[in-house]
Amino acid sequence: MREIVILSGKGGTGKTTISGSLAVLASNKVMADCDVDAANLHLLLKPVTRSSFPFYGMPKARINREKCLECYLCVFRCAFEAIEPGLVVNESRCEGCAVCYHTCPCKAVEMVEHVAGRLHISDTAYGPLVHARLGAGEDNSGKLVTAVRREARRLAEEEKKELIITDGPPGIGCPAISCLAGVDLVLVVTEPTLAAKHDLERVLDLADHFGCHAVACINKCDLEPAITQEIERLCRQRSVPVVGELPYDEKAMEATKKGQPVVELGGPLAGQITALWREVKKILGKR
Amino acid sequence: MIVAVASGKGGTGKTTVSTSLALVAAEKGKVCFLDCDVEEPNAHIILKPRLSGQEAVRVRVPVIEQERCTLCGRCADVCAFHALVVLPQEVMVFSPMCHGCGGCWHLCPAGAIHPGWREIGQMEEGECGKIRFVHGRLKVGEAMSPPLIRAVKQRAQAGALNIVDAPPGTSCPVVAAVEGADFCLLVTEPTPFGLHDLELAWEMVSQLGIPCGVVVNRSDGRDEPVEEFCRTRNLPLLMRLPLDRDVARGYARGIPPIAVHPAWKGHFRELLHAISERAGLKCAKS
Repeated sequence: MREIVILSGKGGTGKTTISGSLAVLASNKVMADCDVDAANLHLLLKPVTRSSFPFYGMPKARINREKCLECYLCVFRCAFEAIEPGLVVNESRCEGCAVCYHTCPCKAVEMVEHVAGRLHISDTAYGPLVHARLGAGEDNSGKLVTAVRREARRLAEEEKKELIITDGPPGIGCPAISCLAGVDLVLVVTEPTLAAKHDLERVLDLADHFGCHAVACINKCDLEPAITQEIERLCRQRSVPVVGELPYDEKAMEATKKGQPVVELGGPLAGQITALWREVKKILGKR
Repeated sequence: MIVAVASGKGGTGKTTVSTSLALVAAEKGKVCFLDCDVEEPNAHIILKPRLSGQEAVRVRVPVIEQERCTLCGRCADVCAFHALVVLPQEVMVFSPMCHGCGGCWHLCPAGAIHPGWREIGQMEEGECGKIRFVHGRLKVGEAMSPPLIRAVKQRAQAGALNIVDAPPGTSCPVVAAVEGADFCLLVTEPTPFGLHDLELAWEMVSQLGIPCGVVVNRSDGRDEPVEEFCRTRNLPLLMRLPLDRDVARGYARGIPPIAVHPAWKGHFRELLHAISERAGLKCAKS
């Protein structure tokens, strides 16, 4: 089984647009949406939920005031200033480390299970999709990414799928890192803006840091040809193959507005994405 | 006063809006720009600050004194983040997993663990014209951005308009960036993606009890779903920027929209005015 993850560094370069089209083009695969705090792939793939279950994040501390002697040791020991002066736990600051639980001399602290989001396994016209929704303002996005990927892998094994295509989050932090463990290929979607180029370099550094093989795709490549050339040069210097250059096409925006994978609309852009997928498959096959 | 600019979805125009707002506000008053998208900071590309200072931002991490360690395994048992592994000969620390809670050094029965430091990124500061500029750069491979975001925010200046450029998403880094703001602008685009993530961002900001307003970027005049959303949530739609190829090309090369179309300055002045009225505080008069 192979797994490919789509990252970008900068948000809004077209990760989900491309993932949605790869969902149409690739056969015998499981799709996974790992942009768990702002998941969008389901808006294109129109999933019907097969099963859905709660995702438990780190537990939260709770102080039982009947047992509490008000020694305030927990307040002093909490590194996250999560226990407020009235000995009430501020749940949004509590990281679930349980230092208060372990240090309380009168065992007045309990660690309570905390539902931080939901995980869904769904069917789409293009095969199964694993996706999730992290509760607003929650931490543990990396942990949820790991849970989504674990489900996708289990499903792929169960249903004998050869491939997992993962739509990743923007950035290079916790959820992006959680997308990288054990992947076969990272497809970085960039665009010809100085900001996207800056962010591309940091994602490529991240892929290197974790020993992952990366390829790049330049979206809206004709918007600013001079920067596209700079990105091509950068990729050449770093031996990162550019597997596709997609022209700006208003059809892409139209398709997104209709909630449809752009490749289904046909036209030159669809052709270019199909060529991109062929190229990615070739590289994936060699690895 | 602190104004945060957030979005949920990435690439909707947070940095475009926050930098233009800073440039316009700086014509009249004191402005401090805090780029809190420390995973992928981009505001410097537009504001081009002259950076004069750099500071490492560090978090706590355990240091094991192997000669005192009895390999009892208590540290690994209490570590909720699986950052410690007890091997037959030594205890290993996986620093990127560590949250710096101190469980291991507080609870080690042999007193063999003490807190040390680990660098998670750099904070850089400087000036661009009259704007004070600060941003953070998370070290590549480092998972935890909130401590760096909080460090950047500590540079907020009293008596100035502090503009926080938040990271995309709705989880803990965004909370760290937006927390404590007097007002939050939510930048969206008229697509189902933009609207879906606007709703998530609004939920997060409302939970924090921060008043907010919406900016529609790349509007093609058909923004009914966003308008409807704002109406039902009683959210003010404060500004609409049209889809404009020249602005997009300017942004690509690091040129702010108000330099491409000086007439757009008026939009941002009005936005500033609307924000200061709604935040209920005095800020740079526009």
